[in-house]
Amino acid sequence: MKYTEDHEWLRVDGDVITVGITEFAAEQLGDVVFVELPELETMVSTGDEIAVIESVKAASEILAPLNGEIIEVNAELTDNPALVGEDPLGAGWFFKMKVDDLSTLDGLMDEEEYQNHIA
Amino acid sequence: MAELMTNALQQLPLAALHHELGAKMCPFAGYEMPINYPAGVMKEHIHTRTHAGLFDVSHMGQVLLQPKGDMETLALAFERLMPVDVLAVKPGRQRYGLLTNEDGGILDDLMFANRDDHYYVVVNAACKTADLAHLRAHLSDVADVIEVTDRALLALQGPDAEAVLEAIVPGTAAMRFMDVGVFGDLWISRSGYTGEDGFEISVPLDQVTAFAHSLLADTRVQPIGLGARDSLRLEAGLCLYGHDIDTTTSPVEANLTWAIQKARRTGGAREGGFAGADRILREMRDGPSRLRAGLLPDGRAPLREGVELIENEQVIGRITSGGFGPTLERPVAMGYVPTAKATVGTELTASLRGRAQGVSVADMPFFPNRYKR
Repeated sequence: MKYTEDHEWLRVDGDVITVGITEFAAEQLGDVVFVELPELETMVSTGDEIAVIESVKAASEILAPLNGEIIEVNAELTDNPALVGEDPLGAGWFFKMKVDDLSTLDGLMDEEEYQNHIA
Repeated sequence: MAELMTNALQQLPLAALHHELGAKMCPFAGYEMPINYPAGVMKEHIHTRTHAGLFDVSHMGQVLLQPKGDMETLALAFERLMPVDVLAVKPGRQRYGLLTNEDGGILDDLMFANRDDHYYVVVNAACKTADLAHLRAHLSDVADVIEVTDRALLALQGPDAEAVLEAIVPGTAAMRFMDVGVFGDLWISRSGYTGEDGFEISVPLDQVTAFAHSLLADTRVQPIGLGARDSLRLEAGLCLYGHDIDTTTSPVEANLTWAIQKARRTGGAREGGFAGADRILREMRDGPSRLRAGLLPDGRAPLREGVELIENEQVIGRITSGGFGPTLERPVAMGYVPTAKATVGTELTASLRGRAQGVSVADMPFFPNRYKR
């Protein structure tokens, strides 16, 4: 698992990564009531706002963690956005993307670095 | 820096209790306030609608207006600051009021109670300092304007509030909506800002921790933060000062003409004579150009404050409050729309993150209020 400073986690499987938000971020957000997912086959660049999470309190963006293409989105979140809070590391994933350059993953935090980041 | 910021914030008298209860604290109007407790906004909101919620609203201003002469003289002076029938409010009764400026804009909204030999006023936290200066500038000839600094203010709201409070403060169940009374050291009104039946209770600082504990000891009561207070008042269609109303909005535009009683309207016993009367009475006669309206967004995406309403690529209105209504299980909002489009059922288009989003004008309150009249 890799982590961004914006509290996203990335699970790596070959050149495909699955992206979600961390338990820490989910707890900060509170009750999620709506998720706007990216379009399939969109080419995204690091830092692009590609998804929106609406909690009762506020809207927050999910940023593309790396350059690549969106190849799958978690359609279950449309019907059940609460999954983000209930299972952020599992059923609450947001999208999968095919990464252009896997070496860019090296710039992200590992578990220990992330734990220090939120400490 | 963060520490400095925290130190600069005023602490609520119940700060220790909020921390003990696991509240997430955030700055609001110069105070460190509980936004939510571990249950979260959604559960806190539902709990208030189904049982009883305890809110710490000690950040709000409590003010006494003590007449130098008689109450009637003070009432008439107060009426020069508000388009409200102050004189008709009998001892033991409270009313919603609006301080207006010379341009007819709203300086603050407030509650004022006639307590026989003085008025007790509750004002918004962010407006407190300005309100005190305004009241002193205009009422000092006829009253002493005294800020109450030795009392906390709690709100107990929800269908179980009556039974809970009656068990602790006998006699309160007999109060009707907008009644006020003094019970020992407690100043109690049957009111609140959630759309629910309930009470606001002013408590001496040295008693407030024990009193809050006694309320929380009842299993029907849960502590509720500012997050749920906001979603509750939004579902109830109530204005939040600084968002839905401010110095640029008139009471007529804000759809608050119900707060302007007949006596102060054109043809009334004490017509006009209040700050901004020219504009306010003119708008009541001719209709304002815009109106605050209830808005129900299509779909599940909330439309929040600042989202623009668009027609033919022109901005025709704006959302002033919006979010997710936990009781309604759907997004709700309010905002200003051209008066011609303020009719229930009118379909409008909002621009949400650059995309067109349908929204329709709806009746308010979104959730029916349950005041015990």
